[in-house]
Amino acid sequence: MSFSPASEAAITVFGLTNKRPPIGQTGKHVTAFATIGRFFIGFFAQAGQLSLFIAETGKAIVQGPFYFRMIGQQIIRIGYLSLPVVALTSFFTGGALAIQIYYGGNQFNSETIVSSIVALGITRELGPVFGGLMLAGRVSAAIAAEIGTMRVTEQIDALTTLSTDPFKYLIAPRVIAATLCMPILALVADIIGVFGGFVVSTQSFGFNAAIYVQSTVNFLSFDDISSGLIKAVMFGFIIATMGCYNGYYSKGGAQGVGRATTNAVVTASILILAANYLMTSLLFSA
Amino acid sequence: MNEKITLSNVHKTFGTKKVLRGVNLSVDEGQSLVVIGGSGSGKSVMLKSILGLLRPEQGSIKIDGTETIGLARHLRQEIDAQMGMLFQNGALFDSLPVWRNVAFQAIQNQGFSESDARDLAVDSLALVGLGPELLDLFPASLSGGMNKRVGLARAIACKPKIIFFDEPTTGLDPIMTDVINHLIRDCVQELGATTLTITHDMTSVRAIADKTALLYKGEIIWHGNAEELAAADDPFLLQFVNGRAEGPIEVEGQQISAAGGGQ
Repeated sequence: MSFSPASEAAITVFGLTNKRPPIGQTGKHVTAFATIGRFFIGFFAQAGQLSLFIAETGKAIVQGPFYFRMIGQQIIRIGYLSLPVVALTSFFTGGALAIQIYYGGNQFNSETIVSSIVALGITRELGPVFGGLMLAGRVSAAIAAEIGTMRVTEQIDALTTLSTDPFKYLIAPRVIAATLCMPILALVADIIGVFGGFVVSTQSFGFNAAIYVQSTVNFLSFDDISSGLIKAVMFGFIIATMGCYNGYYSKGGAQGVGRATTNAVVTASILILAANYLMTSLLFSA
Repeated sequence: MNEKITLSNVHKTFGTKKVLRGVNLSVDEGQSLVVIGGSGSGKSVMLKSILGLLRPEQGSIKIDGTETIGLARHLRQEIDAQMGMLFQNGALFDSLPVWRNVAFQAIQNQGFSESDARDLAVDSLALVGLGPELLDLFPASLSGGMNKRVGLARAIACKPKIIFFDEPTTGLDPIMTDVINHLIRDCVQELGATTLTITHDMTSVRAIADKTALLYKGEIIWHGNAEELAAADDPFLLQFVNGRAEGPIEVEGQQISAAGGGQ
């Protein structure tokens, strides 16, 4: 019996044959199954480990004791020191958005269109998402590198031997700080992003400032702003959790810390975009 | 005499690699036990299992008569509060100055005020021969020897009943090695603590051990006191103590036998 090349490949990969392979030729089948098995076992093991990590973090956040000094430190690092990055990103995004809308829609009543779409785009999507992505790069990486270094230099073991729970002392303050700071940063991003659109529109396109502001205020609703802020809370949680998780389980010296840092940024960014899609569907389809 | 630490038939495996294969060991109250063994023999895994950082699959680890394997975290923390640990590389917290490192446990768990914690740090640093000028420095600006001494000050700051030392002299020059060995001996005598040290430095063994145990391939294959160590004729122990490449101990990655080694 003969098979097409594709069928041959499927038979080889999944071992779909009645013929017993000659002794010595079974390795190929075993390897294919082993690879698939390893992939799924690895995936579920990671998912389980992450779930336990999140549960442990949640317990640490609820139960205390609370290390207020650590939480304060993290609010300064994650929130205050991220302000310039978020502000600049959002200012230029607002400006670029205004230019795009102006040239894309100048056959319409552009003065109202530009202000309303900039306000809507920034508050609903671009403010929290770009702010979240910038924080994923800045904060998630820093957290993963710091906690990863503590892991490989036995500082986390030292914490445990000093009767201090690493989840309460290291993880919970970072997650609390990021979850609190991210909506505030998103609000700052909203204001500065809208301001970026305003500056470009009034300076480059000669729009009337009073009409621009009036039309922005008239068009924006509380729901537009609150939906962005709700998303930002989730993004803050994702950013800190991914940084802490990858750092906490890093191993293998400097290379392991580097890998943890990269994974933290990549997973945080992807999860932010996926969560944004899911939350947008939930918030706006109702 | 009371047994302060007791290990019975402790097994620990990583993947397919069996690192501990039934370790049996006990340390009496006030005694200084040194566990020696080559790289990869399972010393660090054994120590981490006692400290609760790793969970053995089988066996029993008792501290002060309390079974610690599977113990609830808050109960484990009560036991940890009676213990001090000097890590191989100090494991000082980079983000904290020396005084906060030394008084960490006192600040976090015993409610010390900042001024009391600083006083405690000054006293603890004095015990290891360091002055108050180090208090506000960060670990990154300390030398290797100072790092170890600050680590030792942190380990003894809260007057623990049990102290663990993980390779306390590794990476130090001979003079600093002698300083650390004497500090360990003096601190332990002053505190009356029970200690467990893991090392492969025979100078440390002679300086600080009341009893010695040899760990090889995840099992304790010899143990005895200082006199028994000096008189021992166990071929594994003799090879290790005399630092010979030839002998029954398998070196990682190669087998060196008396007949074939060194040729």
